[in-house]
Amino acid sequence: MSRRLSEVFAQTKSADRAALIGYLPAGFPTPDASIELMNAMIDAGVDAIEVGLPYSDPLMDGADIQFAVDAALSAGTTTDVVLDVVRRLDGERAAILVMSYWNPIERYGVERFAVALAAAGGNGVITPDLTPEEAGPWLAATKANEIDRIFLVAPSSTDDRIVTVVKNTSGFVYAASTMGVTGARSQVGAGAQGLVARARLATDLPIAVGLGVSTGAQAHEVAAYSDGVIVGSAFVRCIRQAVDLPAALAAVRTLAGELAEGVNRRAG
Amino acid sequence: MTTVSTAAVSGHYGPYGGRFVPEALTAALDELDAAFRSAIVDPSFIDRLTELERSYTGRPSPLTRADRFAAHCGGARVYLKREDLNHTGSHKINNAIGQALLTQRMGKTRMIAETGAGQHGVATATAAALLGLECTVFMGEEDTRRQALNVVRMQLLGAEVFSVTAGSRTLKDAINEAMRDWVSTVERTHYVLGTVTGPAPFPEIVRYFQSVVGREARKQIQEAEGRLPDAVIACVGGGSNAMGLFSGFIDDPSVQLRGYEAGGDGVETGRHAARFAAGSPGVLHGTRTYVMQDEWGQTIASHSISAGLDYPGVGPEHSWLHDTGRATYEPINDAEAMEAFALLSRTEGIIPAIETAHALAGAMRVGRELGSDAVLLLNLSGRGDKDVATAARWFGIGAPEGIEISEGR
Repeated sequence: MSRRLSEVFAQTKSADRAALIGYLPAGFPTPDASIELMNAMIDAGVDAIEVGLPYSDPLMDGADIQFAVDAALSAGTTTDVVLDVVRRLDGERAAILVMSYWNPIERYGVERFAVALAAAGGNGVITPDLTPEEAGPWLAATKANEIDRIFLVAPSSTDDRIVTVVKNTSGFVYAASTMGVTGARSQVGAGAQGLVARARLATDLPIAVGLGVSTGAQAHEVAAYSDGVIVGSAFVRCIRQAVDLPAALAAVRTLAGELAEGVNRRAG
Repeated sequence: MTTVSTAAVSGHYGPYGGRFVPEALTAALDELDAAFRSAIVDPSFIDRLTELERSYTGRPSPLTRADRFAAHCGGARVYLKREDLNHTGSHKINNAIGQALLTQRMGKTRMIAETGAGQHGVATATAAALLGLECTVFMGEEDTRRQALNVVRMQLLGAEVFSVTAGSRTLKDAINEAMRDWVSTVERTHYVLGTVTGPAPFPEIVRYFQSVVGREARKQIQEAEGRLPDAVIACVGGGSNAMGLFSGFIDDPSVQLRGYEAGGDGVETGRHAARFAAGSPGVLHGTRTYVMQDEWGQTIASHSISAGLDYPGVGPEHSWLHDTGRATYEPINDAEAMEAFALLSRTEGIIPAIETAHALAGAMRVGRELGSDAVLLLNLSGRGDKDVATAARWFGIGAPEGIEISEGR
C-alpha cells in the first residue's frame, strides 16, 4: 500500500506547503519508461502520482495528453499493465492514485478494479467523467477496499452541486481551475481561487487545483490558497520534447524540482 | 409482445442513458434541461417551431406508396416517409431547427455540432444562418475527404468547419472535439448534438424534435390503409431517424419496430458498425449504451460505406428497446445496402442516402418474412445526392467530369 492521501496532506500542511501531485499516463512512452519517469518525479519531490489509464476517447484532455495516451495505447498499455505500473512505483514516498475515464473501469468490473488496485498498492482514483449521481456501485466498491474516490468541482458548479460532490469524495477534492480541457496555460484560471473558497465552505477535505498549472511560479500562486497543486500536461510536454529517455528523465526532474519549490508557501 | 414505456426516468432507460460527463458540463446540461422543459409547454415556442416546420422545412413530408420497389419485398405494401424531401435533404433539419430555437431561448449566440456524413452539419449550419447564430462544425478529417461536397455546403452557409485529426479521424473523434470546445465556451455556446445519444437530456430532446416524423406517419398511414402498419423500419446509426419514426408506434404492440445497423464488410470480418450484433454495454460520449469496445473498454473503430452509420455507439433508448425485445436490430452489410440503393433508384426514381439504403434492404427482408398482406412503413431518412461519388465508384460508373470520387473504405 502506498502512502495514504490523508497522511500526505497532513504532512504538507504541517510543513506549510501545498502537496504536489503529478500526472503521467501509464505506458507513455512505454510501460517501463513511464515507471522510471514517475519514480523520477517522486525523487524530485512529487507527493502523489496520478497514474493515467489510457483511454481511446479522452474528451477532457487537450492535445498533449491525447498524444501521450495514443502513444501509450499503441505501446500496448492495457488496464492490467496500468495496475502493474502502480505496483512498481515507489509508494513508500508518495501516494499512488489512478486517473481514469469511467468505461475502462466499468468494463474491467467495478468491484474487481477496486480490489486489484488495492492489491497493487494504489489507494485513490480520480474519475473525470463520473459524477456522484452515476457512481452507486463505485461508492460501495471504493469504500469496501479503502480506495479514496476523488470527484471534481468546476467553476460552473453551483453551491448545491459542490455539496453533493464533496459529500461523496474522499482523499481530496479536485478543483478544476478553468472551464476547459487539460493543457498548460499562460495563466491559471481566475475563477480557481473563488472556487476553492466556495468548496471550503462545504468540506474540511483538502482541496487541490488542477488544469493549466505548468510552472513553479504558477504553482506558488495556487499553493497560496489551495492544499494541493496538480500538474499533468507540462510533464507530458517535457517528455515529448526530449530527444531520448535520459533527457526526458532530466527534464522531468528539473520541472518537478521547480514545482516542488513553488508549492512551498514560505519560499519566494 | 408487451408494451414497454421507454419514457426517460431522470435521463435513464432501464440501465442505459444517464450522464457521464465532466462536472464542468453539469450546469450547462441542467440549464438545457430546464430550457427544454419550459419550451415544450410554451405555446409561443411550439407555434414558432411548427411554423418553421411548415414554411421552411416543408412539413408535413409526404408518404409515398412504392409499388415497384415493393415487388422486391415479398409483395408487401411499402410506404416511404419522405424525409428526403425536407429542406437540406434529410430528417436532420427537424432537430437542428428545434435546438437552434432552444439556443436562442437560452440567450446563447453560437452553436457547435459534430457531423459524420455532413447532413447534421449542413442542417445545423442552415439553422444558424436562418436565426443569425454563429456556427462551428466538427468533422473528422477522414469524413471531410469522403464528404467534401457537404464541407463546401457548410462553408457556403457561413459555418466554420473544423477538421479533426485526432484518433480515428471520424465521427467519434468529432464528438470528442465538440465536447472539448463546449466545455471551454459553454457560456455562449450550445452544443447541437445530432442524434439520440450523449448525456441526458440530449437523447430525450433529439427524440422530441424528431417525433414529428412518427406523428405524421401514423396519421398518414391510417389515412392510406385504414389501419396501422405491421412493421416500421429505419436505419440506425446514432438512431435519431429511427427514434423519430418508432416514437409514433412504440405504444402499439401490434406494430413491429425494426432497426438496421451497418454490417460493413460483414460482422464476421470485424469491419462493421454493428453495435447490437457485436458490441456490449458500456459508456461512450456521456451515456451508457451498446458500444463497440475491446475487452479493456477501449472503443473499437467502426467501418461502414455509409459515413452516417459509421459510429461505434448508439442511442441509449435503442439499447433498452433492444434488451426488452420491443424493437429488433439487424446488420445490413455494404453490398446488401448498395443493392437496395440501386433498386430504389431504378424502381421508384428516388436516389436514397446510403444510410437509408440499409433500411431499404431491411424492408426487403421484412416483406419476404411477413408476406403480401403486410403493410410496411419505412423512414426514407435522406436523399442520396451526397453519395453519388461513392455510388459511382461502387458500381463502376464513370464519374462525370468535375465530380471527385472519394476513396471508399
